[in-house]
Amino acid sequence: MTVGLVIVSHSSKIAEGVIELAAQMAPNVRIAAAGGTSDSPSRIGTSLEKVQSALDEAEQGDGVVVLTDLGSAVMTAEMTLEFLSPDTRSRIRLPQAALVEGAVAAAVQAESGGTVDEVASAAERAVVSIDPESLEPFVSHGSAAPGPSAPLEAAAEPAVTGAWTLPNKMGLHARPAAVIARALTDLDAEVTINGVDGKSVMLLMSLALGEGKELRAEATGPEAQKAIEYIGGEVKAGFGEL
Amino acid sequence: MALTAQWAEAWIRECSQVLTEHRTALIELDRAIGDADHGENMQRGFAAVVAKLDAGGQETPGAVFKLTAMTLMSTVGGAAGPLYGTAFLRAATALGDAAEIDPAAVVGFLTAARDGVVARGKAEPGDKTMIDAWTPAVEAADTAQSAGASAVEVLEAAANAAQAGALATEPLIARKGRASYLGERSAGHRDPGAQSSALILQAAADTAGRQQ
Repeated sequence: MTVGLVIVSHSSKIAEGVIELAAQMAPNVRIAAAGGTSDSPSRIGTSLEKVQSALDEAEQGDGVVVLTDLGSAVMTAEMTLEFLSPDTRSRIRLPQAALVEGAVAAAVQAESGGTVDEVASAAERAVVSIDPESLEPFVSHGSAAPGPSAPLEAAAEPAVTGAWTLPNKMGLHARPAAVIARALTDLDAEVTINGVDGKSVMLLMSLALGEGKELRAEATGPEAQKAIEYIGGEVKAGFGEL
Repeated sequence: MALTAQWAEAWIRECSQVLTEHRTALIELDRAIGDADHGENMQRGFAAVVAKLDAGGQETPGAVFKLTAMTLMSTVGGAAGPLYGTAFLRAATALGDAAEIDPAAVVGFLTAARDGVVARGKAEPGDKTMIDAWTPAVEAADTAQSAGASAVEVLEAAANAAQAGALATEPLIARKGRASYLGERSAGHRDPGAQSSALILQAAADTAGRQQ
């Protein structure tokens, strides 16, 4: 069992689309949609009734993280929580997060067995902003990724490094980014990949590393060697897509 | 004569009718500074409530308001759903199981409804929202009741103040909701939510007046 997710959107298509995207990286997480109004045919809007039944569907005992789009979706979600018993409500989180990025990050965190607080916090941290000035035309977007590029403070221990060229057609796209981020989360090592946190699926995806680009990894900590070997193995195998 | 469940039901049915008549006008107001769906949303929401009232079973004004709240929250769509839903839900809670509403209880449920909208939408007077109709309405109702007005007179005072409040939103710059994205361009247009609030409160006064 994992933490469940509920996607509240004004549009049923957005809710379904976000679930389609997030589920790709988290096949075992229960994600329920609450998009559009309750009347038939469903219109643009949000519905208390739909949020209530989505919560029932997503809850398996470990809690639910609710992600929303525009203003009134937040109000509808808040109302729904007010109707729940304090016990049920205590297992639900309503993070302030970007819907798409938050849902993907939350789904990956839930898939790796995160608690409801960890999943909510993953959603809140998943905001990817691109600085246009640092984008070079026709060059990897790697330099545009936010976040500290070198948090490896005054290396008390030497970093283990590795560099490989991506052999597969789609490069480091959503699925392999999720696989790598998840595997690295389980290792006792600090890992950066092309300057971003290797345990963040959103940051890895924001690198937009395509076929033929170089992936550089640096790791410190007790399992640094293991982390680098793992990444190297995955890259060389083209993430199983060759 | 105090107001009863019969009045509460008549009020909500009148809302449905009035909002149907003003559907296009509300859509036009919303087209200027929003997403042009307020008239449609309100009409559909109240039509859904009327369909549920037809099934019967609401024996107190509070029960009528609770059914109204729950239905609006699932069928209106847009911010008006949770906002009006909260308003009617808080009104229902304020009235409890009471079978009749005296003038003081009118002020009580209007105040609870307004406070609910404020808590849900986190808007303040002057933000160009529903609050700009509800706040003067509650104040006028309170003043009228203190002066010894009947329940009908209290509702009439509230309705008049709400309409004046809705008109007064025209020069304001929106600071909440979708219209706030427009910034200064929102000035010069009446807020659709304030206008629908005024219509709903006018319907309350009209139906109460007819029952006397």
